[in-house]
Amino acid sequence: MTSQVLLIEDEPNIIEAITFILSRDGWQVRSHAGGPDAMDVVRARRPDLIVLDVMLPGRSGFDLLAEIRRDPALAQTPVLMLTARGQRKDREMAERAGASMFMTKPFSNAEMLEAVRALAGAR
Amino acid sequence: MEGGTEPGTMTGTRIRERRLARGIAQGSLAGQVGISPSYLNLIEHNRRKIGGRILLRLAEALEVDPQELSHGSEAALLAALHEAAGEAAEAGNPDMVPAPDLDRIEEFAGRFPGWANLLAGTLRRAQAAARQVDALSDRLAHDPQLAASLHEVLSVVTAIRSTASILVETPALEPEWRARFHRNLGEDSQRLAEGAQRLVRYLDDGPGTGRDILSPQDELDRFLAAAEYRFPALEKAGDVDAALAAGDLRPGTGAHVLARAALETYGADAAALPQAHLLQAVARHGLAPLALAQDLDVPLPRLMRRLAAMPQEAVGPVGLISADAAGVIGTLKPLEGFAVTRLAGACPLWPLFRAAAQPATPLRQRIVQPGRGAQPVQAIAACEAAAPPSYNMPTLMRSYMLLLPDTAEAGDAAPMPVGTACRICPRPDCAARREPSVLAHAGDAQAPWF
Repeated sequence: MTSQVLLIEDEPNIIEAITFILSRDGWQVRSHAGGPDAMDVVRARRPDLIVLDVMLPGRSGFDLLAEIRRDPALAQTPVLMLTARGQRKDREMAERAGASMFMTKPFSNAEMLEAVRALAGAR
Repeated sequence: MEGGTEPGTMTGTRIRERRLARGIAQGSLAGQVGISPSYLNLIEHNRRKIGGRILLRLAEALEVDPQELSHGSEAALLAALHEAAGEAAEAGNPDMVPAPDLDRIEEFAGRFPGWANLLAGTLRRAQAAARQVDALSDRLAHDPQLAASLHEVLSVVTAIRSTASILVETPALEPEWRARFHRNLGEDSQRLAEGAQRLVRYLDDGPGTGRDILSPQDELDRFLAAAEYRFPALEKAGDVDAALAAGDLRPGTGAHVLARAALETYGADAAALPQAHLLQAVARHGLAPLALAQDLDVPLPRLMRRLAAMPQEAVGPVGLISADAAGVIGTLKPLEGFAVTRLAGACPLWPLFRAAAQPATPLRQRIVQPGRGAQPVQAIAACEAAAPPSYNMPTLMRSYMLLLPDTAEAGDAAPMPVGTACRICPRPDCAARREPSVLAHAGDAQAPWF
């Protein structure tokens, strides 16, 4: 069975590009725009890996991450955080909230692939 | 002052400098002042502290201001020099070879006061610049508008970068995908251009243009005040855009958005209650808002907005303040004698803030603010739904308070004392006080939770 990535991101064209490159790499990619039901979707999908944008409309990605980490069934899922701000504060917050890896926009496709492969391998 | 000699000793160096500059022999100066040459020698080498009469006589003989010789004026300079040396050492400045001679700091300040002052001034400017940099980086980190603009630009750049490299790097990309990514690129580059323009416009409005000190609300106030709160074109069903273009608000700014909303309300009000009808009714009833609203069959808030938009020649001065459910002031047309400021907040005792508690009951009250020059005013307050209703959702209310010059009638109760904003309100013993006043005599009125 192919591994599943859940991409939680509100920018449709980023979703499309990442979905494309990860699918070509053999991943099954699902996406979600980060609305209020994001956590329900995470629980329902039980993805192998989550790519999570920090700045979601109406909700902080950190919040969502904290909720994922609180859920025993999901706590071990690797989470790659994406942010448009490379500030140290964000990085620290991501680490505290339990992000497995942290990537600053704009990233290259190669970086994205490498990060996803590394996280999947470490699992 | 570690590393230096005792405070006050530098005076001697300066006396010596002055004496030599004037070409007076040590013995001769000592004689003029009435001390021994050897004592003067000790003074000049900073081995004896002097003050009082000897200092005055020396200053007189050297024809300088005693202040110039005395240590007092130099303490700050010496402190600054020590600070400069300390900061450089702390920063591990590699240029510090050789290191500053801390033990000769007073000699330096005494002999080269100009250079020393220059160094101290440079230090102060560097510190001020560092503070400014801190403030600016704080702004970068915390200015929500800037952060949102940057986030938008970076998001689009991310999409473009990812999409473009797919197009470049994927061999034999299927035509459907190719077309799709091309379209995405087109969209994103358009958005990037717009986002970048917004960002530039925002940064253009940054420090130095005067706009940075104004909130969008302040800019709206300026725009409305410049028009004297009247838009004759909109009275005749004119175009909101044309009325908006007549002002100097720039499209795309927050103030422009607020102004558009205000003018749209104005236009709708004017269409529902034309000026001629209102003024005819005023001729019948006088400035009696409730009677006017009933006669004209319009809700009181709309009538109040219309009264505030009438020419002053026709209805006299009319003030209008609105507030949302959080107590934040929206509309603000001031009335002379009643102080309102957006900066420091309002007074919870105003009828404005009670109107929403009983939405169906309009309030009328004479109120007076404290302080000299404050006139009692007539306040009429009412509220309306700020948005169309939704099922099972609480109604969002917006309250309005019309302010009219006081027309006390016999039998009217005394005006109710209300405040301005707590910071500038002297009213003592006020249960509504939420922060201490900066005015004298208000200190006894502590906030209730202190």
